[in-house]
Amino acid sequence: MTEGPNAGALAAAERGERRGLFLLCTPAVLLISIVIFLPIGWLFALSFTTEQGGLTLEHYARMLHPAYTKSFQTTFELSFLVTAICAALGYPLAYLMSQVSAVWRAMIFVSVLFPFWTSLLVRTYAWLVLLQRRGLVNTWLQETGIVDEPLRLVHNFTGTAIGMTHIMLPFMVLPLYAAMTAVDRDYVRASASLGASPLKSFWQVFFPLTLPGLLAGVVLVFVLCLGFYVTPAVLGGGRVLMWSMSIERSVAVYSDWGAASALGVVLLVVTLAILWVMNRLFGVERFIGAR
Amino acid sequence: MSPSRSAWIALAVGLVAAPAAAQQTITVASWGGAYQDAQRKAWFEPAAKDLGITIKEDTTSGIADVRAQVKSGRVTWDLVQQGTNGCILLEREGILEKLDPAVVKTDGIPADMKSDYWVGNLVYSTVLAWNTKTYKDKKPTGWADMYDFKNFPGGRSMRRSPLYNLEAALIADGVDPQKLYPLDVDRAFKKMRELKPHIVAWWPSGAASAQLINDGEIDMIGLWNGRVQAVMKEGAKADLTFNQQMLLVDCWMIPKGAPNKDLAMKAMAHMLTAKAQAQLPLHINYGPSNLKAFETGIIPPDVAKGLPSSPENMKTAFTLDAKWWADNLDGVTKRFDQFIQE
Repeated sequence: MTEGPNAGALAAAERGERRGLFLLCTPAVLLISIVIFLPIGWLFALSFTTEQGGLTLEHYARMLHPAYTKSFQTTFELSFLVTAICAALGYPLAYLMSQVSAVWRAMIFVSVLFPFWTSLLVRTYAWLVLLQRRGLVNTWLQETGIVDEPLRLVHNFTGTAIGMTHIMLPFMVLPLYAAMTAVDRDYVRASASLGASPLKSFWQVFFPLTLPGLLAGVVLVFVLCLGFYVTPAVLGGGRVLMWSMSIERSVAVYSDWGAASALGVVLLVVTLAILWVMNRLFGVERFIGAR
Repeated sequence: MSPSRSAWIALAVGLVAAPAAAQQTITVASWGGAYQDAQRKAWFEPAAKDLGITIKEDTTSGIADVRAQVKSGRVTWDLVQQGTNGCILLEREGILEKLDPAVVKTDGIPADMKSDYWVGNLVYSTVLAWNTKTYKDKKPTGWADMYDFKNFPGGRSMRRSPLYNLEAALIADGVDPQKLYPLDVDRAFKKMRELKPHIVAWWPSGAASAQLINDGEIDMIGLWNGRVQAVMKEGAKADLTFNQQMLLVDCWMIPKGAPNKDLAMKAMAHMLTAKAQAQLPLHINYGPSNLKAFETGIIPPDVAKGLPSSPENMKTAFTLDAKWWADNLDGVTKRFDQFIQE
């Protein structure tokens, strides 16, 4: 086509269209720079300044205190655990969704999305009601004689992990389901026709093809967990101190914006580092991006 | 009739010609909600009526608001409510107006509830409360019982903050409640190790503490008196003792550069009188800071019984030393955060 007599005009038209598209993007680009990059830059600057405006590393030095390092460790442990449980629960669920009839699929979809549409705070408090000492779960366990003493299911690491898993599950199921529906079932059938057992064709054909979806879910859940605040604050009984809670305390208790900013910067850098590593290892952008 | 009409006229004038009537209007900022509703009925409306002024209201979420106003040079609040801790910090930062003792009379208010720059206007306290289903026969009587796991077995809860925790630990360890300050931090943390395994939850907010006692999630708890009294009123199986209660005050202050500071001082003085102070407990479960309020006959005896600052309850009470905490909060909180995560 470019060989034709109108090649020059066509190229010019295309350039014009690109320019138009770029102009259409400007409001979004401007918005993002103003509401994201500017505040992050400001945060970054705050984290290196004293209240008097001098340059300092003191906000970063204070993070070496065991109170902070322990909280950093808790954040990672909890995020790993919740991501692992979400993957273990989410994969079979998404697989089921991709296999069943349209009606069943719709029903599972609604039950996965329903919590998604309910307020985070409401769900968190619902778990508190369910899991506490005289809550539904413990009452039932005691009445049926399974346990004598109520189990400590909430106000600790366990309760936090349960609540967070529930909230994070849709973030795992949705990308997994998308990846599974995109798999061409002919590959699975082909492997079966070549003599592979169902288990073998699942592990050697189906599973590798859904890996990008699984990784997308893992990255999404893990990164969201790192900055999670509400659920650990309510279900952790004050014992589970997440990094995000350290940030809140720096502001609420000490009105120390410098320290809070430094904590925020560290969380941001760590999150970006994880995304970068995942990208280098698996090419995350391939499946998170448009293609 | 006529005073209220004049108040309406003042309000109308204030609305129509705000700049011209600036002398007649003050802006008060408080914590909002039920708290400010009670203050409005007990203090703002009578003060506006008696002084013939208009009181405009705003809400504050903490001392950062006051800092921001003073530092930006655009002060819009004349009278601000804060916790004692906030009042002390702002006084030290030098951003409060000095109060004129000739206008703001504070006799009747204990010395540890006021300074030259702020005055405590209501009293609440941290008390020991327990589940009456768990402890039926023998009732806990003081902080030592929170640490008595033999006679009072069961789950405990305290605030997720070193505040109140250190005091409770030291009293349980045998320190005289009247001689706590300066706190022996090492001794307190050592004692708190005994409590830690029994803690079911460290409560992060007043609402959470009320929930814990209401649901029977814990058996003994240190929390704000108003919180436990509210759930008791709704039928929770709980009781409290005012013995060894830790008194806390919220206070009035005037930000430096307040546009109507003279009028604000007059209004403040009006709200601190025994008569005005006695009105507050009729609307919300906070005690007056002016102890003479109990002599006015306005507070019914059964209401006084539930107020931290009533003469009977004050006998074994002590006031939380906000000055000591202002100096030590940062370091001690870090240590506490480490302690609860260990």
